[in-house]
Amino acid sequence: MSMSSEETTSRAPDATAPQARPESQGEVVMNLWRGDAEGGEFVEYVMPAQEGEVVLDVIHRVQATAAPDLACRWNCKAGKCGSCSAEINGKPSLMCMTRMDTLPVGEPVTVAPMRAFPIIRDLVTDVSYNYEVAKRIPAFTPRPKTNDEMKVGGYRMAQIDVERSQEMRKCIECFLCQDVCHVIRDHEENKTAYAGPRFFARSAELEMHPLDTIDRREILQQEQGLGKCNITKCCTEVCPEHIKITDNAIIPLKERVVDASYDPIAWLGRKIRRRVKGTVAEAAAAAPAQGPAAVQPPPPAAPAHGIPAPDGFAPVAAQPDSQD
Amino acid sequence: MTTTDLYETHEYDVVIVGAGGAGLRAAIESRAKGLSTAVVTKSLLGKAHTVMAEGGVAAALGNVYEEDNWKTHFRDTMRGGKMLNNWRMAQLHAQESADRVRELEEWGALFDRTKDGLILQRDFGGHRYARLAHIGDRTGLELIRTLQQKAVADGIEVFMETKVLRLVQDTDGVVSGVVAYRRPTGEFVVFKAKSVILATGGVGKSWMYTSNSWEGTGDGHAMALWAGADLIDMECVQFHPTGMVWPLSVRGILVTEGVRGDGGVLRNSEGQRFMFDYIPPMFQAETADSEDEADRWYDDHTAGRRPPELLPRDEVARSINSEVKAGRGSPHGGVFLDIASRRSAEDIRRRLPSMYHQFKELAGVDITAEPMEVGPTCHYIMGGVRVEADTTQTTRAGLFAAGEVAGGMHGSNRLGGNSLSDLIVFGRRAGIGASEYAEGRSGNFTLDEGQITGAIEAALAPFARESGENPYEIHQDLQATMQSLVGIIRTGPELEEALVKIEELEDRATRIAVKGGQQYNPGWNLTTDLPAMLTVSKCTALGALERKESRGGQTRDDYPKPDPEMGKVNFVERISSSEVEIGAGGNPSVRSITVTPEPIPQMPDELRALLEEAV
Repeated sequence: MSMSSEETTSRAPDATAPQARPESQGEVVMNLWRGDAEGGEFVEYVMPAQEGEVVLDVIHRVQATAAPDLACRWNCKAGKCGSCSAEINGKPSLMCMTRMDTLPVGEPVTVAPMRAFPIIRDLVTDVSYNYEVAKRIPAFTPRPKTNDEMKVGGYRMAQIDVERSQEMRKCIECFLCQDVCHVIRDHEENKTAYAGPRFFARSAELEMHPLDTIDRREILQQEQGLGKCNITKCCTEVCPEHIKITDNAIIPLKERVVDASYDPIAWLGRKIRRRVKGTVAEAAAAAPAQGPAAVQPPPPAAPAHGIPAPDGFAPVAAQPDSQD
Repeated sequence: MTTTDLYETHEYDVVIVGAGGAGLRAAIESRAKGLSTAVVTKSLLGKAHTVMAEGGVAAALGNVYEEDNWKTHFRDTMRGGKMLNNWRMAQLHAQESADRVRELEEWGALFDRTKDGLILQRDFGGHRYARLAHIGDRTGLELIRTLQQKAVADGIEVFMETKVLRLVQDTDGVVSGVVAYRRPTGEFVVFKAKSVILATGGVGKSWMYTSNSWEGTGDGHAMALWAGADLIDMECVQFHPTGMVWPLSVRGILVTEGVRGDGGVLRNSEGQRFMFDYIPPMFQAETADSEDEADRWYDDHTAGRRPPELLPRDEVARSINSEVKAGRGSPHGGVFLDIASRRSAEDIRRRLPSMYHQFKELAGVDITAEPMEVGPTCHYIMGGVRVEADTTQTTRAGLFAAGEVAGGMHGSNRLGGNSLSDLIVFGRRAGIGASEYAEGRSGNFTLDEGQITGAIEAALAPFARESGENPYEIHQDLQATMQSLVGIIRTGPELEEALVKIEELEDRATRIAVKGGQQYNPGWNLTTDLPAMLTVSKCTALGALERKESRGGQTRDDYPKPDPEMGKVNFVERISSSEVEIGAGGNPSVRSITVTPEPIPQMPDELRALLEEAV
């Protein structure tokens, strides 16, 4: 940083003193959805462009200058809390991790709220569905400590055995996977009987947890709608933590809950994944007489809250996949 | 629940403000004791600033170095805090943190493991042994998710996106609830409780460059002061040495100390490892004086003394500041943090995955191939609400405080890793303290209706103004003031100038006009955060003016050395509650805060002896 000699003599110089904003580099056009549960529209805001900014920076400048009541949920602005989920140019993304210079130059940037959840206002949706699903997941229930573990004070687990669950525990609960999952996105009625990718990842984490003792297979199949997922991998594509939700959570779970001999998904799962806690035989024994998973083909788009698709809006949602 | 035209009322035994690590840990304890418990948070559950903690949680588990024990942890904490700590808090923290970490594991947390399958620990600044239990560099996320899932399993009620405006006392002056509003609807809600725990976190959002999320607006500090509770040592603010400096829009975002714990070194524009030039006398005996010696230490702590990059944070932050001032900074006003030349790309990605991610995606920098540019960022306030160590009770009846909002534990400078352990040790103690207080109190009390309606009227006043000040501009002006006048290096005249400016901003804040409605309105939400930010900023400036010395998170250019006499006192800030102006000007503001030096509690001889042991 530069600092004039006048400044250095008149007061204690400080490496953290405010810096001037960089020179503006042209303009950006933001098409932001404004409205509430009753309806709304995209409103255009033109802002000066600045080097290195993310979408959330520009939203903040819109708030500070043009639209102080523009509703937008955010917390950390560092990709760690998962609050600022939205659909940027049609793609479910975190506003704080989407750099403006990764978007097409010279074209308007469209920001809409997540489509799978009811609108509260502007870019903020009611994500309480996810918190309700979380309550229905049976709690972590560890095995007792061994004598050796009582003596050393803590459980013993090998690094390789905790890593599979650790991958799922990277989840920042941005709910973008829930947003993009067509089972939820296009079928409001499924919400009562479908946990969604985030919570399949949670169940997978518990199933793979070296200490957990609960068998979650029946609940996953009967109450959480695991069979409705047709592994189109949309959730994996949008995950900002790059968790392989489909390959490392959902497919292993499916493998455990369905009849290993007849289910094509289980077959596919065995081809592409590595370790499982229980054996296939155990899974088969625990889930007798199950036919193939009930797979639903993606239906035509029916937006949950009626936001008109902006130009170029291309839902990331699924196409029917191989196993149908 | 009851409802009037103005607000709805809920009743609980214990109400906790804040859903970070301390708030959730307190709730779990209070619920376990069978008390009805509610958590009120201004964000969604699981989003609190705790998720941003990266490097680890400090606890003398002794899994990596058997020699480690609570006594060494206590000694390191007191020395790191430059002896201004509340010794009893530091003792309880060092003694209990290991059990609290193991408890997290029993609730589902999955820490990285040693070869023997136990919880792995990493090196951090100021800790004599590898002491930080961690999960890569996302330990805070693991901590909050574990507590969140435990709280959900225990059926604790959480009021999300509900912003608390003020504490409410009963007609005898005992803190007996809070008044708040729901952000999604703008509706007001009152929580009546037999005891209240503040777990509201920090104050960083008053500075321009900070690692804090938007929530760090000092709500708990200010509400405690407004209710007549004591604050201590509010001048002690930690500037973390390594925040991102470029691009400007991400300036301040944290770069974990784990980078240095895992071998990363600081270099200036001449390529020199400059920290060897800045080893203070207090740490000379235990710090390496050559690069060779420092590099031997990483693999075996008996083969050499500690590298100077792992001095406590206040020392490292000041050193970086000095290098930049001397013209040896990086292109964007920081210094270089280099791990690329010291560890394999695979190791870096495995040990520091979110740092790799953060630099790649936000700055376009591959930290496995090139150095990071870093500089100090406002990170943590050591000062806070004065509490009784064992129970966390404040100086106001019915009011408890735990976590960053509480003062004393960390003295004038906090060691890395001691924050997450603070949350779980004192979160639990707050849960116990507040439960016991609630159990000893009958439910027959009446809330002070004037305090409730006063807070609601003040919150609504900006809607009635057709034109007026813009809350975002006042916030930006406050941040610029604190950054340039109450930053890492301070002087008397600048602090006086800051106080004048803060009072001007308080005046302007009474003239804010809010556009739009009450439903999820960020302009209004910010307007209701500003009174706390302004009060707390004033407290920091006042304390900094009175503490005429340099110690830990308080550096005075005009008093560059520690003063042994000042090291014996806390600067206590308080008001009489009649001095809070509510309603008339629109928002609460405090016209006169007294600052009084009061002796710090005296340490028993057996603990003092631990501090004097040879290194």
